[in-house]
Amino acid sequence: MSTGSTPLLDARGVTMRFGGLTAVNDVDLTVREGEIIGLIGPNGAGKTTFFNCLTGLYVPTEGTVSYRDRVLPPKPHLVTQAGIARTFQNIRLFANMTVLENVLVGRHTRTREGLLSALIRGPGYRRAEADSREKAMALLEFTGLADKADHLARNLPYGEQRKLEIARAMASEPGLLLLDEPTAGMNPQETRAAEELVFAIRDRGIAVLVIEHDMRFIFNLCDRTAVLVQGRKIVEGDRETVQNDERVITAYLGEPLEQPSTDRPAAEQPADAHTTDAQPTEPSE
Amino acid sequence: MTTKTAYGNRLSDLPRTTVGAIADLLARLEGTVPAPVARALVAGGAVLTAASAFLGWTWTARFPGDLTVSGYPGGLQWLTVATAVLLLLQALAAYQVPGLKVLAPTGHTGPLRGLALTAFATTWFTLIAICYELGGLVNLTTGGVIAGLAVLPALFGALALPTDRRPAPPVATANPWVERAGIVAVAAIGLGVFTYAIDTDYGELFVGFLVAAGFAAGSYARSGATQRLAQLLSRQRPFASAAAFVAAALFPLTQTNDHNANVGVNILIFATVALGLNIVVGLTGLLDLGYVAFLGVGAYTAALVSGSQFSTIHTQFPFWAAALLGGAVSLVFGVLIGAPTLRLRGDYLAIVTIGFGEIFHITVQNLDGSSGPKLTNGPNGIPQIPDINLFGLNLGSVHHLGDTSITIGRFANYFYLMLIVTLIVVAVFSRAGNSRIGRAWIAIREDETAAEAMGINGFRTKLIAFALGATLAGLAGTVSAHVTYNVVPDPYVFAGSAPPNSAFLLAAVVLGGMGTVTGPLLGAALLYLIPDKLVFLQNYQLLAFGVALVLLMRFRPEGIIANRRRQAEFHDTDLPAQGTATDTVGLSKAGA
Repeated sequence: MSTGSTPLLDARGVTMRFGGLTAVNDVDLTVREGEIIGLIGPNGAGKTTFFNCLTGLYVPTEGTVSYRDRVLPPKPHLVTQAGIARTFQNIRLFANMTVLENVLVGRHTRTREGLLSALIRGPGYRRAEADSREKAMALLEFTGLADKADHLARNLPYGEQRKLEIARAMASEPGLLLLDEPTAGMNPQETRAAEELVFAIRDRGIAVLVIEHDMRFIFNLCDRTAVLVQGRKIVEGDRETVQNDERVITAYLGEPLEQPSTDRPAAEQPADAHTTDAQPTEPSE
Repeated sequence: MTTKTAYGNRLSDLPRTTVGAIADLLARLEGTVPAPVARALVAGGAVLTAASAFLGWTWTARFPGDLTVSGYPGGLQWLTVATAVLLLLQALAAYQVPGLKVLAPTGHTGPLRGLALTAFATTWFTLIAICYELGGLVNLTTGGVIAGLAVLPALFGALALPTDRRPAPPVATANPWVERAGIVAVAAIGLGVFTYAIDTDYGELFVGFLVAAGFAAGSYARSGATQRLAQLLSRQRPFASAAAFVAAALFPLTQTNDHNANVGVNILIFATVALGLNIVVGLTGLLDLGYVAFLGVGAYTAALVSGSQFSTIHTQFPFWAAALLGGAVSLVFGVLIGAPTLRLRGDYLAIVTIGFGEIFHITVQNLDGSSGPKLTNGPNGIPQIPDINLFGLNLGSVHHLGDTSITIGRFANYFYLMLIVTLIVVAVFSRAGNSRIGRAWIAIREDETAAEAMGINGFRTKLIAFALGATLAGLAGTVSAHVTYNVVPDPYVFAGSAPPNSAFLLAAVVLGGMGTVTGPLLGAALLYLIPDKLVFLQNYQLLAFGVALVLLMRFRPEGIIANRRRQAEFHDTDLPAQGTATDTVGLSKAGA
């Protein structure tokens, strides 16, 4: 918040309801150029749903998302075209395409060659194709996958599949990259490498919004962190603000034992969005 | 059962529960005699088997092909000779005869076993067919018994050899001209095999051919020789394509009567349409079960502007204009049908496309002037479509090749015309498939949500694939209308007993190998020939055809020609076990 640079992403009052279930409730979030923003919260807090609202996979029930002062249409390919790229929580690579082809698909919005030019294969087509390959290889170099360019994506080890997803997203030359749990399932070394990678991405002038459960990763990385609990943003700020906020501690660890115990047990590990969020709303329906 | 099986533990070997027991039993034979003896048994058995085919196997010429003559082989005996020669070559390779090393990139025992089984199956199929048709063992002469026995030591020897499966060594690139000579040889063999298959004039011979070819192809696929060949072909792709084209062009010249050229042109039409469907199904992953309607649109369009006196539009377009018009009308129909349906995914799309396919069939049946406007003459269709006159060359008449006595008949003319259309479709398929738009198609097939998140307009991209597939089918339809003289609604249904119909087209694509160029061509050839040649089974024809399909899918689920990606998949299994960790990725985290 201290930086005075221009807002890149501006989400205002984003609300997402599935029937009676409010998965995301009136969330505001701003990302400025060159920032790394964290988004944390217990399981089922609505983080991924919020991501899906930002990227057009879901049409938010209320609220708007704008990128560089333009309201984004809720169509995934138009969002990517505008300059927001994302990765997925459970890796969604094109498993039977090669590593290089995966990245080339990421370049789809930045190339124009249609069916006719592919059939005719004129010099313009060849130039564009060579250029795409060069840029894709550069990205593979950047993520350290260049020597595996011809392997099938499905045959990569887990950590490299995560890297490939990032390379594929970066191929669309985004201004903002959304990472959905980039270190899930990684060991500490791989997590540290992922940290370096995110910093390197930021150094290329790409802002990053990252969902993560690994607190050390988040607090090492992020300029600001927003906390979502049961679909609401309860706090946003730097490391100290978030770590010392009572509501955050409650959300993650439950209420202190000394308090006279109410009949409601502390929600140590809310199972998932549907059970935790649905309960309060069900009686009212 | 702790018996060490004779097979490696490749994925393709795993699901053999039914044959597992027999395989275990046969595996016990391994090592029962020393390897040199076993090898000698294989080679000797192969020679004996080949020699036995020169004897008479039965006493009466009532069995088709006349197997009574001693001195030279006939009919099914040729298949035994061929399989025995293949086995002998493989055995010589096991004796380290120079030049034959290419036959066994992953060890000798595997292919020896496969080919010994091939020779055994082919020979015993013939003997059993003789006994069955003529009624009893008594119909075998000494020659037949010798043949049946001669192949046994070869089979026993192959089973007794120690397993020596090893990973294929890296390919040593040979002199390009040597490679090209190899490709020419392969193309010649391919043409020979295809010509033989199309020339088989009685059912037993065709079934025997299927047995021999199927077993032999399986052996070579398992020995790694096929993979080597595929690598060779992809290294020399332009040359290989040219060789395949030349081989196809030579086909009509090998035929003395025009009937087989007719079969050839029908196969080409069927194959071309299957290749168009492969864009929709194989590349983009859209299950289109009404695809044959676009062939119908092309055929009816061409028929209407052909100048036939039964056409309700009394105009005659030159063929090139009719072909373009047929493609364009199909394109329009493709967009019209695709625009509403492509918003659906998966099963729903499949059902809706069946619906549109049937709508086409019913519509053309009713545009007969009584239940609708008079356009297609209803069930009578449009007969007497005149032959194509292409730049002054009448394709309906017989031509001579230069001053030679080689004649090119009507169907051979159409064969060449269709070959050009096929070439266009192959070029379109491979160029479009390997481009920005082709990658978008494959991405949509792999994961449509992720593809859209990568900036691909899913609907638009799918519509392009759908419309392109429709256009190519329409183009093939314009030729097919002229080849068959008439156009009627009947062939353009979802399922029927003869190609082309949507079910057969889809089967050709899946069976041949989705996403490949050669797969659908080969699948279409097989699917056209099998029902055509199994006519002798009469009422059981479709049953046998179904069984053949089930067997092919059981033993080769990825299709006859495996996609490059699937090959790479096998290729990459040689990497450290890390690759298997990817299988658990989907389970790693719950959530969207």
